[in-house]
Amino acid sequence: MKILSIVETAYRATLEEQDDTILWLNHSLKNNGADVSLLLRGNAVNYAVRGQNAGGLAFGDRKLAHAPEPDRDLQKLMEAKVPVYIIEEDLRERGLAQAGLIGGMEKVSRKAVPALLERFDQVWHW
Amino acid sequence: MAKTLTIAIMDPPYETANTTTALRIVNAALTQGNNVTVFAYEGAVNLTMKGQQPHANPVKGTSVEQEQHPTTKDWIASLFELARKNSVKLEWINCGLCVDERGAGDWIEGPRRGSPKDFYEAAQKSDGILVIPAK
Amino acid sequence: MTQDFSLTQEDLMAKYLFIESRDPYDSADSPNLLELVKGVRERNQDVMLFLIQNGVLATRDGARHSERYRDLARAGVSVLADSFSLRERAIDRVVDGVKPAEIERLVGLLLEPGTKAIWH
Repeated sequence: MKILSIVETAYRATLEEQDDTILWLNHSLKNNGADVSLLLRGNAVNYAVRGQNAGGLAFGDRKLAHAPEPDRDLQKLMEAKVPVYIIEEDLRERGLAQAGLIGGMEKVSRKAVPALLERFDQVWHW
Repeated sequence: MAKTLTIAIMDPPYETANTTTALRIVNAALTQGNNVTVFAYEGAVNLTMKGQQPHANPVKGTSVEQEQHPTTKDWIASLFELARKNSVKLEWINCGLCVDERGAGDWIEGPRRGSPKDFYEAAQKSDGILVIPAK
Repeated sequence: MTQDFSLTQEDLMAKYLFIESRDPYDSADSPNLLELVKGVRERNQDVMLFLIQNGVLATRDGARHSERYRDLARAGVSVLADSFSLRERAIDRVVDGVKPAEIERLVGLLLEPGTKAIWH
């Protein structure tokens, strides 16, 4: 079963979790043998931007030990052989240029997504 | 022959319409004689917490008895009963790590603790899969 | 970058079930979903759009944006609207092309072989 996980919602409780729960879930699925690919769309394209820094949070004496690093988590997914696609119009709308992004992803246009979906048995939109 | 539907849900109770929709789908699937597997991820693990209590409604001026306020754990307990009556299976898997971080381990009879592996295995065996994410 | 995603016969038999819970008044992403639905249909796929929750708000006859659903129906997309969500919002007249449907219908569609169900 080939699965395309489309990630749209971004920064959902990432500070409380110290990571994105959907990137985490997909990495866990991959570790359990799932043939999964990712498509970043909407605000989740911002996860591919280098230089995200959520460090330094503290509540009284309690410090956040590990800030979320979605760009690094994406890189780790790709190292685990999870293909990552990203919508180029969503990048452009958010003023994101290639130079500021992590490498290894495949850009796709919105028009190309219908054909992309045909390559998968299941499409899960998160 | 009964088919099996797997649903992943994420929303906590009393926050969005997604919960009610998911439970409507489960209810309809069980009523039609199908098996259902629910993977409750993140806030959805709170849906089955045993300590949920109905409350009075001071704005409406109703007592607890008059208000008959619904609890998600009662709705889900009723879905387990529906599955039993229809001789089909409702499997409810609460994501264990999500349970731990919320202190949500005390739940009604029926659900079990699990992990994304269980979700993946259920999905592979299912005739239909639906993911309903929290926004 | 090349984007030539090849097709197999099995791919062509897939059914796409888009379940839209968002509305065009609140969600800037609503038009993107409908554009995707249209794009999938243009590749001759069997496409259903099941509107639910606030996703039914713009199906009211005379509502701004209701023509989007009518146009999708004309393009060959089966556009269904959850009867309960309609009733909950006192929508008793929907735009041409949109058909009310019970939740049991959605379950039946979810369980049809080869269906890709995509919630939005």
